[in-house]
Amino acid sequence: MNMEYLPMGGSVKMVEETLKLAYGETSEFLKDKRIATVQSLSGTGACRLFADFQKRFRPDSQIYIPVPTWANHHNIWRDAQVPQRTYHYYHPETKGLDFAGLIDDIKNAPSGSFFLLHACAHNPTGVDPSEEQWKDISYQIKGKGHFAFFDMAYQGFASGDPEKDAKAIRIFLEDGHLIGISQSYAKNMGLYGQRVGCLSLLCEDEKQAVAVKSQLQQLARPMYSNPPVHGPLIVSTILGDPDLKNLWLREVKEMADRIIGMRTALRENLEKLGSPLSWEHMTNQIGMFCYSGMTPEQVDRLTNEFHIYLTRNGRISMAGVTTGNVAYLANAIHEVTKSA
Amino acid sequence: MKPHDGDSVFAHIPHVPEVPLYAMLVAFSKDPTPLKLNLGIGVYRTEDGKPFLLNVVRRVERLLVNDMSTFKEHLPTTGMAEFNRLSAKLILGADSPAIKENRVTTVQCLSGSGSLRIGAEFLAKHYHHQHTVYMSQPTYANHPNFFNAAGLAIKTYRYYDPGTCGLDFQGMLEDLSSAPSGAIVLLQACAHNPTGVDPTLPQWQQIRQLMRSKGLFPFFDSAYQGFVSGNLDEDAQSIRLFVADGGECIIAQSYSKIMGLYGERVGALSIVCKTAEVASCVESQLKLVIRPMYNNPPIHGASIVAAILKDRDMCNEWSIEVKAMSDRLISMRRQLFDALRDKGTPGDWSHIIRHVGMFTFSGLNPKQVAFMNQEYHIYMSSDGRINMAGLGPQTVPHLADAIHAAVTIGV
Repeated sequence: MNMEYLPMGGSVKMVEETLKLAYGETSEFLKDKRIATVQSLSGTGACRLFADFQKRFRPDSQIYIPVPTWANHHNIWRDAQVPQRTYHYYHPETKGLDFAGLIDDIKNAPSGSFFLLHACAHNPTGVDPSEEQWKDISYQIKGKGHFAFFDMAYQGFASGDPEKDAKAIRIFLEDGHLIGISQSYAKNMGLYGQRVGCLSLLCEDEKQAVAVKSQLQQLARPMYSNPPVHGPLIVSTILGDPDLKNLWLREVKEMADRIIGMRTALRENLEKLGSPLSWEHMTNQIGMFCYSGMTPEQVDRLTNEFHIYLTRNGRISMAGVTTGNVAYLANAIHEVTKSA
Repeated sequence: MKPHDGDSVFAHIPHVPEVPLYAMLVAFSKDPTPLKLNLGIGVYRTEDGKPFLLNVVRRVERLLVNDMSTFKEHLPTTGMAEFNRLSAKLILGADSPAIKENRVTTVQCLSGSGSLRIGAEFLAKHYHHQHTVYMSQPTYANHPNFFNAAGLAIKTYRYYDPGTCGLDFQGMLEDLSSAPSGAIVLLQACAHNPTGVDPTLPQWQQIRQLMRSKGLFPFFDSAYQGFVSGNLDEDAQSIRLFVADGGECIIAQSYSKIMGLYGERVGALSIVCKTAEVASCVESQLKLVIRPMYNNPPIHGASIVAAILKDRDMCNEWSIEVKAMSDRLISMRRQLFDALRDKGTPGDWSHIIRHVGMFTFSGLNPKQVAFMNQEYHIYMSSDGRINMAGLGPQTVPHLADAIHAAVTIGV
């Protein structure tokens, strides 16, 4: 048991294993030491370090953020004093991706803009681009020389397969982008309160990676000096041991499967109740959240009449749904939407 | 894989040179000489030079691991409530009127560093009188960085008198007197890093009176509570003097050294306000600073602290271990002083036993420090600061030899 300070860049072991998850076990970028990485305070901390880094070294740049996104994204880049723009993402009519709008915004953004992308299991909508769409997005972003920054908070948690969930990132790497990634173990390892994450930036070569890492450390230093030791110890112990890693992969799949099961159950229940609306989006969407399409007024009714608590944008956290309550939930949703 | 076209957007970025202290630590670890001393570190070590995991901490870790009712869910943005409550009690005293009157806001932060940064950001945003922070000359190397990062200006006040190896009290009072009204003043609660020089209690009273009369805002850094006298309450007296007069202040607390929890990053930021109403608003605003930085603080270290502080036996056990650490530091000071005296090393070395806490400003100059590094494999910072925790009874003679040589050879 050792509680000594970690180096400023964090736990070397944890960071190594974490990069393998994102970039691929045998990634040549790892071999060539082209990735500048620091341990961060979960995904939030990684995003903040990147935002501060962007402000310091590309002070004239702005960040394009999807509509909608996790609320704290706006706070992070605002506190880092990086100007924000938005890009189209969610299509309320289809409850799916506004692909045309997204592509348009990529094309219209000034060359060399920074784009924040959710790697998988978009929060709050649950709407992810398909593989084909990701290839298009990558192509368009490359064409305009934009910088792609991925927030990957749900790897493994979306499909149950970490490799599959990293597909978007792998497409961008294939296409030759130099990307940045924020990774978090909050959900996929249940380490929420431990604040374990990683910020990585793919550089041109090892020399640049060393320089960039030194600058990232320089930003972390006046924030908290060095990151916490306990959470990463758990991560590196699990990922560094084949048996434990396998056990973790099984548990991640179980979590993802439970969520997928609840999506299916909720949709089926609503269809059985004879809902006049389409609930296809419930199973099309992926990850923890479902943008149900309910209005704030309908949500208020759910809360006041049925004691069901969710955010007024209609976002349902599927993790709150269980076999014990799914029927009750379906019934309540049906009640407030049947005359819609 | 397609090659990337065009330069990286970060191709122009220069490499940051390693912090000199860290570079020195690397050099120390690579040094093959069997008799080498690391006196540059900022951590406590046993007399065998090993890291010290407190027994009470080890006990608590086992309890936590076996407790099936614990989860690792997110803490609130302000951290663990019990931890916050107990931390405020620890620094302000169990019977503090400020606590009883609900005038204290405490948020869990990432050790002293995190507390300083959050406090600095909060002041930059909400403290409208002055945006300048006065800090002692010298002070802990990282102090300016926290406040700079928050956009505050830094000035210094005289503190250390190399002539006496003691406090330049007159200089300190003069500089604080001429500070603009409303300026923020950073004060180290006890065991000053790097000098080892603390004001006496009467001096603290004078400092307090002067500061209050000028409306200077006190920002305390408490990283060594218990390390001076071995008594937790005694070492908090400077802070308690200020709080007792009913005025406001900010306090950054660290559990890194005093509970040996370094890498867990456990600390607390307390803001003592005039009224409970203000304290409540302050808390809500602190959340807005913390959320876009890391959302909520790490749970593990705080769990350990709370478990210890809330249990009377464990708290007792902890205070005994703190006293033992403090006693060992005092013993090393005594042994080094005696060794130099017995060798007849020229100069007055009494400051070694007058100084308090982990560090002492030895009075050695950079040339002498370099000489000692070269010839005796002593690693310490060039300002002459020695970490007494880096010494053991076996190694004191070697250091005494080195100092003696450096001073007599006329380097």
